[in-house]
Amino acid sequence: MRRVPLHRWLAVVPGLLILGGVPFANRVHRLVLGLPFLLLWIVGCVLLTSATMALIGSLDAKAARSAGASPDPPDRDALR
Amino acid sequence: MNPALLIIALFLAFAFVLGLLARRGRTMTLEQWAVGGRGFGALLVFLLMAGEIYTTFTFLGGSGWAYGRGAPAFYILGYGAIAYAISYFLLPVIWRYATRHHLHSQPDFFVSKYKSPALGVLVSLVSVAALVPYLVLQLKGLGIIISEMSYGTLSVAAAVWISVTALVVYVVISGVHGSAWTAILKDIMILVVAVGLGLYLPWHYYGGFGPMFAAIDHAKPGFLTLPAKGMSVSWFVSTVLLNALGFYMWPHGFASAYTARSEDVFRKNAVVMPLYQLVLLFVFFTGFAAILQVPGLAGAQGDLSLLRISKLAFPPPVVGLIGAAGLLTALVPGSMILLTAATILSKNVYRPLVRGTSEQTVGRLARGLVPVVALAAVCFTLSGGEALVPLLLLGYNLVTQLFPALVLSLPERPLATRIGSMAGIVTGEAIVAWSSLSGTTLAKLLPTWPSVITDLNIGIVAMTLNFAVLLAVSAVTRERVPAQAIEEPAAAT
Repeated sequence: MRRVPLHRWLAVVPGLLILGGVPFANRVHRLVLGLPFLLLWIVGCVLLTSATMALIGSLDAKAARSAGASPDPPDRDALR
Repeated sequence: MNPALLIIALFLAFAFVLGLLARRGRTMTLEQWAVGGRGFGALLVFLLMAGEIYTTFTFLGGSGWAYGRGAPAFYILGYGAIAYAISYFLLPVIWRYATRHHLHSQPDFFVSKYKSPALGVLVSLVSVAALVPYLVLQLKGLGIIISEMSYGTLSVAAAVWISVTALVVYVVISGVHGSAWTAILKDIMILVVAVGLGLYLPWHYYGGFGPMFAAIDHAKPGFLTLPAKGMSVSWFVSTVLLNALGFYMWPHGFASAYTARSEDVFRKNAVVMPLYQLVLLFVFFTGFAAILQVPGLAGAQGDLSLLRISKLAFPPPVVGLIGAAGLLTALVPGSMILLTAATILSKNVYRPLVRGTSEQTVGRLARGLVPVVALAAVCFTLSGGEALVPLLLLGYNLVTQLFPALVLSLPERPLATRIGSMAGIVTGEAIVAWSSLSGTTLAKLLPTWPSVITDLNIGIVAMTLNFAVLLAVSAVTRERVPAQAIEEPAAAT
C-alpha cells in the first residue's frame, strides 16, 4: 500500500461535517441569517468542500512539482 | 389553445427543429450535455454548468419536496458535495485504467477488471433497472408540465402519452447526435427561471427569505428541521451517504470519467461543481414560497407546487415560458437516459449473449429498443403514484449496489472475485427490489427497534449486506482467480 499524503485527509472534513454535523445542526430550531439553521449548515459545508478541494489540489500540485513530475502549468494555475 | 400551452408547443417544435439540424452535428452523449460549452467564454460556461444540474428532479421534485416535506429536501444539496470530494480521488483512477485499456462504457470496466463478461451483463442490467425510475421521473415531470399548462383541459394520463410521443420523436429525430444547442437553451432558460422564481416569489409574497421562513416556521412548527421519526436524522445521514457513493455509479456519470482530456479536469470539477449545487437553494425557496400561497397539495401533488404558484403569480404567457423551461429540463435528460438505456441493452447485454452480432445489428437493435423502453416507462409512470424525489431515491438504491464491487476492484489486484462481486450485487439488488415491490420497510420489519436503526435508508442496509456477502464469497472463491490474469490486456472493447 502506498502512503496517502497527509493533506489529502483534509477531504474527509466537509463530508464528516455534513454526515456527523447534521444530528447537531438539526437541534437548532431557530432561523439564522434568515435561513433554517440546518440549511445554512449544509450550505456552509458545501462551500467548505469547494475550498478544501482547492487547497488539496494546490498542495497536490506542489507535491507533484517537488517530485519532479510537474503537471502542465496552465491547469495548475487554474486551481487556485 | 391557451397562451401557455401554445408557448410550450412552440418550444417543443423548436427543440425538434434543433434536433433535426443537429443530425450532422457533433455527437453528444448523456455524459456531456453541455459539450458545446468548450468554445465559449468563462461566464457562459459557468452559467451552462450551473444550469446543467437542473433536471425535472431538481426543478419540480426539489421544489415539491421543499413544499411537502420541508427539511428532508435539504439532502439533495448535501450529497453532491461529498460525491465531488470523492470524485477527486476516484475518477482519476478510473480514468487512468479506462484510458489504458480503451474502455467505452461502464460495464466494460467491470468486464475488464474482473475478466468476466457475465459480470458485465449483470452490471448492465442493474444500470438499466436504475435508469428506468430516472426516466419515469422525467416523463412524469413532462406530464405534469403539459397538463398544468393546459389549465385543466388535458388529463395527466393524456399529457403523459403526449410527453412520451414527444420524447421518442425527439430521440428519433436527433438520433445519437443529440442537440447541443437544445441543451444550451435548456441550461440558460432553467437557470434564469429557477433563480428568478427563487428570488422573486419570497420577496413578492413575504418581503424576503427571513420573513418567509419565519411565517412557515410559525404556521408549521418543526417543518424546517428533520422530524424525530421517519425522515429523521438517521434517514438523512444514510441517504446523503448512499447518494454520494452512488453518484458516479450511474452509467452516464461513470462514463463521464472516460471523456476527460486529462486528470486535471477532475481536480477542477471537485472545486467548482459544489458551488453549482448552491443554485438548488433557489428551487427550495420556490417550494417554500408555495407552502402558504397554494396550500393543500398533498403527497405527490407537491410536485405541482412550483407550477401552481407560478400560475398564481404570473399571467399565462409567463407561465408558458416557465413551463417551456421545465419541458426542456425533462426532454434533454430524458432523451439521453432513453438512449443510454437502449444502447446498454443492445451493446452490453444482447451482444455478449449472442455471439457474432454485427455492429449494424447492435445499432439497429438500440434504435428499435427506444420505443420499447419508452413504453415500459409509460406503464410505470401511469401505474405508480410516486412523487418525483422517491423515484430518484429508488434509482440510487439500485445503482449504488455497484459501489462495493467497483471500489474493491480498484487496487492492481482486485480485492474481490467475480463470483463474490456477482453475489454481492445480486444480494443488494434483491433487498432493494423486495423492499420496493412489497413496500416493506425496516420500521415494519423491526417494530420494536429504535428509530435510529429503522429510519435508515434501505439502500444503505442493502449495500452493507452486499459488502458482507461480497467479501465472504470472495474469501471462499479467492484461489480460483489466477494471479497472472490480472495484468492481461482487456478483452473488452
